[in-house]
Amino acid sequence: MTETFHLELTVNGRPRSVDIVASHTLLDVLRDDIGLTGTKECCVVGECGACTVIVDGKPINSCLMLAAEADGADVLTVEGLAQEGRLDALQQAFLETGAAQCGFCIPGQLMAARALLERSPHPTAEEINEALAGNLCRCAGYEQIRAAVLAAAGEVRS
Amino acid sequence: MKDQGGIGAKTHRIGGVGRVTGAQQYVADIPVADVLHAKLVTLDCAHARIISIDKSAAEALPGVHFVMTAEDLPQPMPRFGPEYQDRPVMADGETKYHGEAVAAVVADTKDIAEEAVRLVKVEYEVLPAIHTLEAALAPDADLVQDPSIRKPGPNVDSNILREYRFGWGDVDAAAKEADIVVEHTYDWPSQTQFAIEPHGFIAAPDGDGIVVWSSIQHPYQLQKTVASVLHFPMAKVRVFAPDPGGAFGGKQHTKLEPLVAFLALRAGRPVRLILTLEEAFQVVRRTGARIKVRTGIKRDGTLVFQDFENHFLIGCYADTGDRVSAKGSFLSAGPYRTPAVRIVSRAVLSHTTPTHPMRGFGIPQVTWARESNLDEAAIAAGVDRLEIRLKNLVKYGEEHVPGDTPADGDWQQTVRKAAAEIGWGTPVPKGQGRGIAIGLKSGPTTGLSYSTVRFLADGSAIVFSGTSDMGQGARTIYAQIVAEELGIPLASVAVVMGDTAVVPYDQQTSASRSSVLMGNAVLNACREIQRKLKARIAEIEGITESTINIDRGVMRIADREEPIPAVLKKVLGRMGGEVVGNGEARKDALPEHPLGGTALFFEFNCTAVDVAVDQETGETTILRHITVGDVGLALNPVQVTGQDEGAAVMGMGHALMERLIWGDDGRTRNLGAIDYRIPTSLDLPKELHSFSVENADGPGPYGVKGISEGSLLCTAPAIAAAVRDATGVVIRDLPLSPERVWRALKERT
Repeated sequence: MTETFHLELTVNGRPRSVDIVASHTLLDVLRDDIGLTGTKECCVVGECGACTVIVDGKPINSCLMLAAEADGADVLTVEGLAQEGRLDALQQAFLETGAAQCGFCIPGQLMAARALLERSPHPTAEEINEALAGNLCRCAGYEQIRAAVLAAAGEVRS
Repeated sequence: MKDQGGIGAKTHRIGGVGRVTGAQQYVADIPVADVLHAKLVTLDCAHARIISIDKSAAEALPGVHFVMTAEDLPQPMPRFGPEYQDRPVMADGETKYHGEAVAAVVADTKDIAEEAVRLVKVEYEVLPAIHTLEAALAPDADLVQDPSIRKPGPNVDSNILREYRFGWGDVDAAAKEADIVVEHTYDWPSQTQFAIEPHGFIAAPDGDGIVVWSSIQHPYQLQKTVASVLHFPMAKVRVFAPDPGGAFGGKQHTKLEPLVAFLALRAGRPVRLILTLEEAFQVVRRTGARIKVRTGIKRDGTLVFQDFENHFLIGCYADTGDRVSAKGSFLSAGPYRTPAVRIVSRAVLSHTTPTHPMRGFGIPQVTWARESNLDEAAIAAGVDRLEIRLKNLVKYGEEHVPGDTPADGDWQQTVRKAAAEIGWGTPVPKGQGRGIAIGLKSGPTTGLSYSTVRFLADGSAIVFSGTSDMGQGARTIYAQIVAEELGIPLASVAVVMGDTAVVPYDQQTSASRSSVLMGNAVLNACREIQRKLKARIAEIEGITESTINIDRGVMRIADREEPIPAVLKKVLGRMGGEVVGNGEARKDALPEHPLGGTALFFEFNCTAVDVAVDQETGETTILRHITVGDVGLALNPVQVTGQDEGAAVMGMGHALMERLIWGDDGRTRNLGAIDYRIPTSLDLPKELHSFSVENADGPGPYGVKGISEGSLLCTAPAIAAAVRDATGVVIRDLPLSPERVWRALKERT
């Protein structure tokens, strides 16, 4: 029998209570059990960053975290960035600079950038490159992504 | 109309909001009720004879619906492919490359499918695998493909899929006239497209037809292939093609969709197969190539001849390998005035992953060799590397390949711009080096695109276009054209794509064609709407049509001007309704042309770089990277810069870090993101500057040309030239990894 686990966590401010397969990752649970597919799956070994979400304030690769480890945690995904239908400063800046091309890596880029701005509200270009180095973009919009984070940094309240 | 989001506006991408909120649905995100999950059974080797497959234990696992093997498929095994119908739906008695499916499990959940895969017992005999050009071309080499499935031809008893010979002039006679002759061989490794979205496929029975979802670039070709394999009418095959999460050529053609279709038909329910990144590496890759070039010049740098022998290492099935070899090689000699050129190109089969084109379509491989060899000839002659290019570069309207489309841009302007921006001729500090190179690629040689535009009663419009918007931003371009032509705000335009049952035919999304071909189809659809409005308003007002002129969203009726939406209201009157326009754009085939058609336009790029090379580690740092492309016109400057810089960074990855590695057994040894490195934000050039030459001289709307590949065509030779300039070492194998550069530095000393 597959071992199950009763998971309680907060996702984007909303309490969630789900029975999950104990071996499933946070990525599996967000996408398949909760239905939030904004978080993307690519390499599943923690190299590409497409699945980046923020757990208790820290950016993590949700493909590497067992969902059970997130029991009781506060999780923020890309779906939680916009408030009442209004894009946040980062999302708006990504649109302005044309950072989102195919868009597949963008949720992960946004979450990594969000976590960066929370710990360092006015990062340098080098700090941005460093903080987002784990988020691959094959369209290679790195210049546009960095420009967007710099632009948003001017507006984000720490 | 720039203020309304029309031509030349820095508008937001259409679909951009979905991309930053997570609402954009890629194939894996699409909920399908009652769906089953498929997983492939593969072998841990490349080439094997399948002796038996025991699926009993797997099928006994609760939650497993069935395990499908070749025996469960129609016999003879259906085969398909874009040029040669040689790819089986599933391995048929033998696997020919590492990762080829021998069985597929269908189960209630992904977990059960994965567990069942481990329970399928395959007995097989490992056979020797060919994964190098030397082995494939050896006189006694085993044949990768049985001659019975090959097209008849002179090479059917060898591993050469097809050989092409192009050229003009008499190379052997010209060779006697050359003062300096330089010959070398340049290697380009096999690489992988590595879209961040791995391929995903879903199929579902639909009455007496089938629905297929795929992250595919060419949905209409997929529709045709699935129809042909299943023996269904095309009208009963509906393809949904959600925007791919990156493609870069790797999602052009049909792969596992026919298999998933058979699974769904057998299950009587929807079945989905979402690949892992490792599996994505095993369904497609880019051809490696070995290019031997002999260049002859006069002492002053004037080109006398060039002689090419090109070998492309393709996979075990033809896929697009023949076309890449042909189209990549046809322009081997580039944009130069070369009196005599000989080109032999061979696509060579091997027990490796089938190949699709990757951004550049074989041109980067050949350009790497030509531009590097040209530099070596210039250095041998003591001629400046920029000057040798400018001296031989064809002028506007001059032919570089006799009988083909002549130069369709002021290419001198592009090269001079790049040279000026890098500061060519200014001193380079010690330990640093400078390189410059030119890339030239044919756009499409044939094309056919249709579009429908519906102009609705409230002055908004819906565009139907069969392009795949895979990041290049096609949606936005079409909406801008409609906004411009119908005189409406961009926000009033909706673009519908990705459904073959609803959207008219488009040949394909490739070769940077979409702004030109589909762009013209959209433009023509708008023009039909304008003509209908004009005819009707003339009738209503009792005037002759000749007194009415239309220009970019405004109608001039006799001596007054009216915005087109105002005319629409009058024309529709109280009944309302809509005005529908259909547009077509085609580039006809020329059967007598070696490529089946001339170039619709060229992508022309000049790249110049300054690098620093760490003598201790061999690491190359790009200090300044200048890319200049002749784009005709930037319909959307933000998107043009995004495509150009993105391709430049991708090209840098090909030059410095990327290659697939095969073991002696033909297994791909570096599957996935840990072992196959692509550029990250830490690998960026210290400065990257993208420039566009805009002379509005392209064949697309308002003078646009395609632009999405230009800046990676010649990145590798530009970087390698700069590394040589910095260190004096010449490396003719890519990538220029730190290890390789370090070894070359050691050997020099």
